[in-house]
Amino acid sequence: MKTLVCMKQVLDPDVPARDFQVDSEKKEAKRGSANLVTDIFSENALETALQLRQAAPGEITALCYGGEQGEDVLRKALAMTADHAVLVSREGGANPDPETVAKVLAAAVRKLGAFDLVLVGRESGDWGVGQTGGLLAAELGLPFLSLVDRIEVAAGGLRLRRQTDVGFEIAEGTPPALLTITNSESNVPRIPKTRDVMMSYRKPLTKWSLADLGLDAAALEDGRSFYEVVDLYVPKKDVRCEFVEGDSLEDKVDAFARRVAEVVNAVG
Amino acid sequence: MSDVTVVLFGEYGMDRAAQGVVGAGQRLQREGGGALHAVVVGPPAPGMIDALAALVDRIVVAGAGELAQYQPEGTLAVLAELLEPLSPGVVLLGNDTYSQEVTPRLAHRLGGSSLADAVAVGLEGGAVRATRSAYGGKALAVYELKRSPAVVWVRARALAPGEPTGRQAAVEEQTIAMPAASLRIVERKREAQAGVRLEEARVIVSGGRGLGGPEPFEALKTLASTIGAQTGASRAACDAGWVPPSWQVGQTGKKVAPELYLAIAISGASQHLLGMGDSKVIAAVNTDPDAPIFKHCSFGIVEDYRKVVPLLTEKLTELRK
Repeated sequence: MKTLVCMKQVLDPDVPARDFQVDSEKKEAKRGSANLVTDIFSENALETALQLRQAAPGEITALCYGGEQGEDVLRKALAMTADHAVLVSREGGANPDPETVAKVLAAAVRKLGAFDLVLVGRESGDWGVGQTGGLLAAELGLPFLSLVDRIEVAAGGLRLRRQTDVGFEIAEGTPPALLTITNSESNVPRIPKTRDVMMSYRKPLTKWSLADLGLDAAALEDGRSFYEVVDLYVPKKDVRCEFVEGDSLEDKVDAFARRVAEVVNAVG
Repeated sequence: MSDVTVVLFGEYGMDRAAQGVVGAGQRLQREGGGALHAVVVGPPAPGMIDALAALVDRIVVAGAGELAQYQPEGTLAVLAELLEPLSPGVVLLGNDTYSQEVTPRLAHRLGGSSLADAVAVGLEGGAVRATRSAYGGKALAVYELKRSPAVVWVRARALAPGEPTGRQAAVEEQTIAMPAASLRIVERKREAQAGVRLEEARVIVSGGRGLGGPEPFEALKTLASTIGAQTGASRAACDAGWVPPSWQVGQTGKKVAPELYLAIAISGASQHLLGMGDSKVIAAVNTDPDAPIFKHCSFGIVEDYRKVVPLLTEKLTELRK
């Protein structure tokens, strides 16, 4: 099973709200003191691939379209024991829209050869729009399923479990396919072993420019012909929390219960 | 701008989500002129077409029995075939799993643009703009969709329902078969939470990492039942395996918009906020008065949930008699 995992680098989403600032000119978040991290769903995707490799031996390639520091995402992927890593360098300044990203990733996938599985995180921790996976599947002409949290190989085919709004579904099919991956208790990303971290620096990391993929950077990296963020702001909160009061726990809970009942009764 | 089409699945009927999508469609249509169409896939739930006919200009139903079973390739193909002749400028869908899944590929197939989880959709100088949360709920972003059609799934419960037009829509049946595909859904399981989907729920009681294990969620379910609420959970609780993934609320799970969201031992880190920030009223139980959740609450109680929950359950049972 030859697997490709697309991995995105984002500003750490765990930065507290009070430290979050918007660059109103660039229409994106200010870097501030935030670290750049691998998006959590990308890591869930890689973890899923690593577990699958035990049951269905094959090679895993981690692919990142990003700035220079995208190398960190890939070194960590190699340290988690991915076999290959490829960085496609983002040259432009503006944040590319998902169609641009899908076109770049598709070109890299085609250059890398045929894969049985392409895995993408369900959405990213920064913008969280979640369109890239579906658009990439469309670009590559691959069957698509989203919100997968478990992959099994059975009788020459794939058996997938995916989450839904009311539970889960099982899907079956034959590779190739593109799947978006979501988190579950079974794909919490592993922490790389120290030895593997050191070994990761010995593994090759391929770097490509857009030109290497036959793409026109100037035309593509305007990145706004699909959609464009025209405004980004932190909304003012006009809600003031009323902490219920009381002399005893009983009194406080009573007051709280009354407030809850009031809202619920109004809802009907 | 041209026409607006809303896409609905017959199995859900005119649930609150469908009402929100249609409402958004009506408001867009009023802004831009043109007609409002509804496309219904799968046999419509009883009463759905009648209710819909009072709200839109035209309904196209692909109601064959096999379409009741959504398939990623098959349903996408059917939708593309239904929408192409309608040539809408905007396609709106709800926030159910299937609508979310078809959105990007439907846009690709129709040559348009797509966006997810919009809480507002409108026109600005003829262009389609939509607003959604970004950066884990810390910011609001306004997007301009560049190509037509703009295919957008909306956080439907957060949008106001439509109003009767005073006319009856024409209803047209279409026979379209689902093409075969190499990847098929073969089993569908509902998790054991009776009642509506979290996206539909009017009241949600949600627990976080502070609950420490699966058993406290049973107490939460009992509390929830006193006020007709559904139960939800933070990502931490789901990743720990304490509750099923379908309970997960937050950036990484469901995006909900209930009338009341009761957060029990949830700190309010922003990823969770992205999921529940559109709740009308948020209230919380937490031992930490500085917990970020309280900044979004109308009211709260600073106490240990272990002491609060049983007592609260008791009091609400009395109050609701």
